[in-house]
Amino acid sequence: MTFRGRHLLGIEPLHPIEIATILDLADTYVDLNRGAVKHSDTLAGLTQINMFFENSTRTQASFELAGKRLGADVMNMAMQASSIKKGETLIDTALTLNAMHPDLLVVRHPHSGAVDLLSQKVNCAVLNAGDGRHEHPTQALLDALTIQRAKGRLNRLNIAICGDIAHSRVARSNILLLGKMENRVRLVGPPTLIPSGAADWGVEVYGDMAEGLEGCDVVMMLRLQKERMDGGFIPSEREYYHRFGLDAEKLAHAKKDAIVMHPGPMNRGVEIDGTIADDINRSVIQEQVEMGVAVRMAAMDLLARNLREARGDDSV
Amino acid sequence: MTEQTLTNVRLIDPEAGTDRIGTLTIRDGQIASVAVGSAAAAGAVDCRGKCLAPGIVDIGVKVCEPGERHKESFRSAGRAAAAGGVTTMVTRADTLPAIDTPESLEFVTRRALEDSPVRIAPLAALTKGRQGREMVEIGFLQDAGAVAFSDGDTVTTDTKVLSRALTYARSLDALVIAHPQEPGLSGGAAVTSGKFASLKGLPAVSPMAERMGLDRDIALVEMTGVKYHADQITTRRALPALERAKNNGFDVTAGTSIHHLTLNLLDVGEYRTFFKIKPPLRSESDRLAVVEAVGSGLIDTISSMHTPQDEESKRLPFEEAASGAVALETLLPAAMRLYHAELLTLPQLFRAMALNPARRLGLPGGRLSPGAPADLVLFDPDAPFILDRFKLRSKSKNTPFDGQRMEGKVLATWVGGTLVHGTPG
Repeated sequence: MTFRGRHLLGIEPLHPIEIATILDLADTYVDLNRGAVKHSDTLAGLTQINMFFENSTRTQASFELAGKRLGADVMNMAMQASSIKKGETLIDTALTLNAMHPDLLVVRHPHSGAVDLLSQKVNCAVLNAGDGRHEHPTQALLDALTIQRAKGRLNRLNIAICGDIAHSRVARSNILLLGKMENRVRLVGPPTLIPSGAADWGVEVYGDMAEGLEGCDVVMMLRLQKERMDGGFIPSEREYYHRFGLDAEKLAHAKKDAIVMHPGPMNRGVEIDGTIADDINRSVIQEQVEMGVAVRMAAMDLLARNLREARGDDSV
Repeated sequence: MTEQTLTNVRLIDPEAGTDRIGTLTIRDGQIASVAVGSAAAAGAVDCRGKCLAPGIVDIGVKVCEPGERHKESFRSAGRAAAAGGVTTMVTRADTLPAIDTPESLEFVTRRALEDSPVRIAPLAALTKGRQGREMVEIGFLQDAGAVAFSDGDTVTTDTKVLSRALTYARSLDALVIAHPQEPGLSGGAAVTSGKFASLKGLPAVSPMAERMGLDRDIALVEMTGVKYHADQITTRRALPALERAKNNGFDVTAGTSIHHLTLNLLDVGEYRTFFKIKPPLRSESDRLAVVEAVGSGLIDTISSMHTPQDEESKRLPFEEAASGAVALETLLPAAMRLYHAELLTLPQLFRAMALNPARRLGLPGGRLSPGAPADLVLFDPDAPFILDRFKLRSKSKNTPFDGQRMEGKVLATWVGGTLVHGTPG
């Protein structure tokens, strides 16, 4: 087992072996979660605080369930409703929380780099649950686990990431992770939603779905992030769906056994056709949700081990 | 009256473009004589190995008085300037409230006179409250001592308002300093667009926004005939437009900041907010192109763009953090990086830091010739040190050079023949 980090802030600082370590451990937690007794005491006695400065239902629930299944004491804090409204700075909030002696801090924040900043001010392990348009490491890890289980490997695959790359932290983390594991990554989308400089990331960029999906093993769709757009990125949703929405015709360009992924929540009829999303032979969207809990359990388990080691506590 | 003679010193004369050993005598607040060649004189200070240059005239210093004196005052800024070899601070009008009336300008002049050991030459806003809606009393403000008119880094988007202000300024022969930028593109941006910005997920602006802003401004210069200075040209693509404007005979000059000459966008690294400045740091190829433009004289001036920010304004997520860096004390040592890298000579640097800004603003300094005011800086271009931001004299400590190795120390600064920092011995 090799995982050295004190925090999980992004995919960027991880070594491929560390990624493999998390995925291997997550595999065992998939079995636990499918068993009759979905509980272990791995994190017993530890306190996990979920701080979400940005709305989230799915990710927060996934982290909460992961912590509870491992026996941690879990607390959720909806930050957008509390102290920031009163003018408290992020660092003050961090220091206040730090004084409550949490062991694991799960943070989502609307600004890139904010979770990194917060991690510098606390004594516990910090997990990035999404910072601005920067990274969302557990999403990339759960996607990787889903791919690995569906395809039997996590290398030498052709993977197309499609849609709103520009506003997506999921895309950034996935590009980094899939690149580190030696896959060929393609980005497909309208030029207004492809970030500038993307061609220098070691990926291929396509402006056409048929070309971009040709021969792909994995088709990863992204949600059109309407809430992050200040207008004018696409002419209309119907034109977007016509040109970039995933339907059977476009999917036919990918390999026959290609899987379809989506980080959710989906805009049916905008980036993905409902029948594709529900096709149990192609879509692994439900598996992604399942893998999410397992990957978050694995990540918190590994961080807790490092935390205990750093504190000189080998009692567990 | 006092007299001081400095011998065997490297005289950096930006007017003649020379760097020669010689002797300089200060008498009655002026440079009394300059002689080339080594000499020994009774009572003279031997400055072997050191350089003597005209004091820096720094266009665009933010002093934060009135309004934010906890960030910087005339006393702290003046001391920082003296320690940095800056003998004239051309103060910005983007204070709280803005300097947009003769009365508020008088406050600035009076406060500077009370507390600052170096000279100040105040800028006034171009529009009331820097709101871009109505021009200020350009005539009255000129009479009160405003050396030029500028809304700082706020772009006047209403072209009609701006064209009227420029036309009016032209009739009074007033210099207007503008921030060339297309605000429709740069709004909300924290860094320059490209691979780095995209990977870090930060809102970014294309470097082209500067060229668009400059193109518009040059068209307005052509229309109105105003004397125009672009505060900061920081991108390669803006340079041909600037060159064309100059070749066409328009009264256009341009400056750049020391940070854009010595740092690039990758220095932001892991969201380090002390590297957040406006306009944002550029690519390395932009940096080198701008350095070259300073060397050729296409870009006329280098300034510190001294912008104090307290810790609270910077200890925030990058997007939310305030822009700007303090630089009065680090301007000269940072400029020495360009000298040591053999990109610019000392006369070239002081042409851009002293001679050109003084000329453009109609100030008497910036020269190393008899009769000029004895505004001088004595420095050792090779002295190494590691910068500790907490040792800066500015009240605010937001320098991007914290912990970095620097070469070049200011040993003494004179303003009007009076020693305001250090000792020549």
